[in-house]
Amino acid sequence: MDRDPALLRTLRGLAGLALILWLVLPLIPLAIWSFARGWRFPDILPQSWTMQAWNYALSDTSGVLDSLTLTIWIALCATGLSILIGVPAGRALGLSNFRGKGLVEMMILAPIIVPGIAVALGLHGVFIGLGLTNTTTGVILVHLIPTLPYMTLVMAGIFANYDTAFEDQARSLGASPWQTFRHVTLPAILPGIIVGGLFAFLVSWSQYILTLLIGGGRVITLPLLLFNFAASGRNDIAGAIGMIYILPGVLVLILTARHLTGRNVAIGGLGRL
Amino acid sequence: MTEVRLTSLTKTYPGEAGAALDALTLDIPSGSLTALLGPSGCGKTTAMKMIAGLLSPSAGDVTFDGRSVLNDPPEARGAVMVFQNHLLFPHLSVADNVGFGLRMRRRPKAEVRDRVAEILGRVRLPDLGPRMPSELSGGQQQRVALARALVLRPKVLLLDEPLSNLDAHLRLEMRDLIRGLQQEMGITTLFVTHDQEEAVVLADRVALILNGKLCQYDVAEAFYKRPASVDVARFFGGQNFVPGRSGDGLFQSALGPLQLPQGAARGAGLLTVRPEAVRLGPAPVNSLTATVTARIFLGTQTRLKLSVNDIPLEAVVPPDAAEGVAVGEVIDVNLPPGALWVLPHQGDRRAAQ
Repeated sequence: MDRDPALLRTLRGLAGLALILWLVLPLIPLAIWSFARGWRFPDILPQSWTMQAWNYALSDTSGVLDSLTLTIWIALCATGLSILIGVPAGRALGLSNFRGKGLVEMMILAPIIVPGIAVALGLHGVFIGLGLTNTTTGVILVHLIPTLPYMTLVMAGIFANYDTAFEDQARSLGASPWQTFRHVTLPAILPGIIVGGLFAFLVSWSQYILTLLIGGGRVITLPLLLFNFAASGRNDIAGAIGMIYILPGVLVLILTARHLTGRNVAIGGLGRL
Repeated sequence: MTEVRLTSLTKTYPGEAGAALDALTLDIPSGSLTALLGPSGCGKTTAMKMIAGLLSPSAGDVTFDGRSVLNDPPEARGAVMVFQNHLLFPHLSVADNVGFGLRMRRRPKAEVRDRVAEILGRVRLPDLGPRMPSELSGGQQQRVALARALVLRPKVLLLDEPLSNLDAHLRLEMRDLIRGLQQEMGITTLFVTHDQEEAVVLADRVALILNGKLCQYDVAEAFYKRPASVDVARFFGGQNFVPGRSGDGLFQSALGPLQLPQGAARGAGLLTVRPEAVRLGPAPVNSLTATVTARIFLGTQTRLKLSVNDIPLEAVVPPDAAEGVAVGEVIDVNLPPGALWVLPHQGDRRAAQ
């Protein structure tokens, strides 16, 4: 099987270019809108340029910065809680075989399969009873519905390749349970926590329906704000907010590229020797 | 120097019939090197984990120097276990692996560095400190794992199959290393193995466990010369079992009267003689006439299957001695009285095979 390496390289390059274009192209009009003063069909580019939309978006009156802070806070909290719950849950699923494990896995996946709005409508009643509607706390909690499955499944995969004998070895060498976790377990599962955590962050970041329903319009995250401006026809401001909104996704992509290539051996945890 | 005593140590798992380890009682003298020998799944690793504190016994006690350690967590016991597959932490360098236990005990950095360097020298890997475990050979990993335990100067060292993953030439080297360091440091050491040869070459005393029960606890030689039962003899490669009756210094059986050593058991029993103790040629006592039924060349030895009055007998002799012996030939063999041993006949059904 002789392959032409030059041809292969060219093909790979073209595929990469196509992928980048497919991801980036839809964003170009958005970027142009944010600097445009009127942009009508059939003009290829706007007649004139302005920073007006950006000035407004970054001013106190627009509420974009408050909304950005709130969105980051909610996403961080949802991620933190997802890690706290998802790591032990993933460990149980990855390491032990118990009766009904398949069912539990299904239940964990369910929020991805069942439309979120159906779940949220049901939860709305419960949250009203608990006084959690229209609160940031309520929004954080409801974001766990879509974030937890990602976290748990990533961690289950990590723990499936993890050998708990390393923990026994550490204890026998004199490490306390906490030291064992800190120096042996954590380094082995950290790549999973990072990848799962970033997924959780992005999933929380992009929530619209759940935030709208449970937040009751009082908790205004960036996607809600973005939708408001888009719906009211302010394409220039929507463009500016849109650019801010995609920032974390781009950052995450850059940060995790190393982990997502699959070249990093550590992602498998402390593999069985 | 620590004396370890196991008293009726038992482990049962819920939902499993029979105990994984059944009332093991063992005195392990201070500073000795003892083997727990048995086939895989006989409960020996279970016993070791209970001594290390990684598993709680269902019943019984473990004492170090007379004090029960059952309530001490593993990190506080002073018993360090080295696992069979090394389990070097893959994210730490060799030096950090060896220094792990000292760092967990919050020893000063300088002390950790010096002790790690010293122990790496003693396992003859002085320059490997900066390497990662994945860059080491299996033999080197094994030595690093040993160094990681020894650097802590444990009261009790527990080794799980210490020679099993090594090539033949490395086994001897590792065996000398373990033996040498163990005697030099005087650490009470217990190791488990399924390989009787490994047990015999390494240990002062061997405890043989079959089906979760202790069968014999003795010096290595005794398992060959004075096995406690047919199972023990078989485990150590014993082949010849002849039913009969012992009395007045003689053993009466289908082989004819055979002279026994002093102190042999009396009454109905099984006569056993190790294949390598059977001699070719006539002798004044215990001489037999045998028919050769098979001849198997084993390289450094030759195995002869013999038949004496329809009783099968096996002999392992040097190839030179077996030269010229042909299948079907009738030859003289003799059983030196000192090599005979009488096992009490306990209705062992397999004995008649």
